[in-house]
Amino acid sequence: MIEEIITSGRMNPEIDPILHVWGWEIPFYLFLGGISAGILIFSAYFTLRNRQDELPVAVKWMPLAVPFLIGIGLIALLLDLSHVLYFWQLFTNIRWESPMSWGAWTLAIIMPLSIAWIATWIEDIFPNWDWKFDEAKAVVNWLKDQRRIMAQVLILLSVILGMYTGILLSAFNARPFWNTSILGPLFLTSGLSASAALVSYFSKTAVEKRLFTRIDIILIAIELFMIIHLFMGHLAGTQVHIQAAKMFLGGPFTVPFWVFVVGLGLILPVILEVLELKHKFVPAIVPVVLIVTGNIMLRFIVVNAGQASRWLY
Amino acid sequence: MRYAMAVDTLKCVGCNDCVVACQTENNVPIGYCRDWIVEKTTGSYPELQLEIRSERCNHCANAPCVRTCPTEASHYAEGGIVLVEESECIGCKACITSCPYDARFIHPEGYVDKCTFCIHRVEKGQDPACVAVCPTHCMIFGDLDDPNSDISRAMATRKWKSLIPEAGTDPKVFYLI
Repeated sequence: MIEEIITSGRMNPEIDPILHVWGWEIPFYLFLGGISAGILIFSAYFTLRNRQDELPVAVKWMPLAVPFLIGIGLIALLLDLSHVLYFWQLFTNIRWESPMSWGAWTLAIIMPLSIAWIATWIEDIFPNWDWKFDEAKAVVNWLKDQRRIMAQVLILLSVILGMYTGILLSAFNARPFWNTSILGPLFLTSGLSASAALVSYFSKTAVEKRLFTRIDIILIAIELFMIIHLFMGHLAGTQVHIQAAKMFLGGPFTVPFWVFVVGLGLILPVILEVLELKHKFVPAIVPVVLIVTGNIMLRFIVVNAGQASRWLY
Repeated sequence: MRYAMAVDTLKCVGCNDCVVACQTENNVPIGYCRDWIVEKTTGSYPELQLEIRSERCNHCANAPCVRTCPTEASHYAEGGIVLVEESECIGCKACITSCPYDARFIHPEGYVDKCTFCIHRVEKGQDPACVAVCPTHCMIFGDLDDPNSDISRAMATRKWKSLIPEAGTDPKVFYLI
């Protein structure tokens, strides 16, 4: 038997007895950032493939949501900062080793870039749109000529945005559950999957619906594969990693994770999507709601489980 | 200059003097602490072993808190002491989650706070408050680069360990065993 007690009664708020410095703000932002990254990647990619007229929802309509999603995400991030009046310090430094610094700079660039991206499409979406000023019109016309370059930059930045949220967590070696490099790709895939589901829900044409349903099925399959790898990696790791995995294999996170994230958030919607492709009747709202809810839950569970896992000494 | 601390677990009686001294010296807000006492009991009655340790920030040479800080608020000061610059800290708490020792906390004023090795005393040539008040003299503070310092000698002649060295943080608080 080993018993270890802090006899001086360390009870620092939010640190003891279980670390809980990150509440709802961080996972909520991770969700919004992931979905924004997914939307921008699809929009930019299919622009580069010259399929903007065939896939209008993915390329032209969905990016409209991005500045709002990122904006809400930024508000959540600011709410999380406990010394918020100093937030500008993020932009007086570039710290290559800190994923949070990467994220701050990526967000600072991607926010205006996504607005510029929307501006190049707005006349396609709203035929009666009037820029009012000739200068604005000239700028937008110039931007339209730069679409290919913008698309390439957007893909790069969106991949960073989608990945860094996972890398941010996996950089914390002190929290064994997060300390796996698969979290970055997992969050990117899950963000892409949620945005593919949203595109296929909102699209009006059968071509676009079927394409994005198919993409989503592949992405969910990759996600399931990565989740298996996540646990294989942990179970083949050190004692603390094994203990972290056991929180999901019989521990407190077992039911929320396997039932709600994997069962209702991945496996059930993927079955429904396959049925959809086979022309069986499935209410279109059901898979998309399941996938988005699963997406949010994945991030809440990962953020909470990471904080609950620790080194023992 | 490489500042370090050694705590003699054979001398420490867990009296909490170091905890109170730190709170007084550094005006630590009520309900918080920068150092604390751990009593580790191994075995089952009547075969028992007891180890008592006074713990604090380990002032790691490869500090994950410094690495993950997005603003350089967490930084290495002279002698490798890890400090937080209040006016640069945004309260993102990345350093708190990155610390395997849970040595950091959020000061009620919003910035992140932790043990400073009492750098304001060390600069004047004094020992940190916890070391200075210890009634059993179980703590030694000094420069590892000076082979004649008390801490270098203690480390050379005694068996010692550090906490979770496998986390790769290269801690600079040692425990004589």
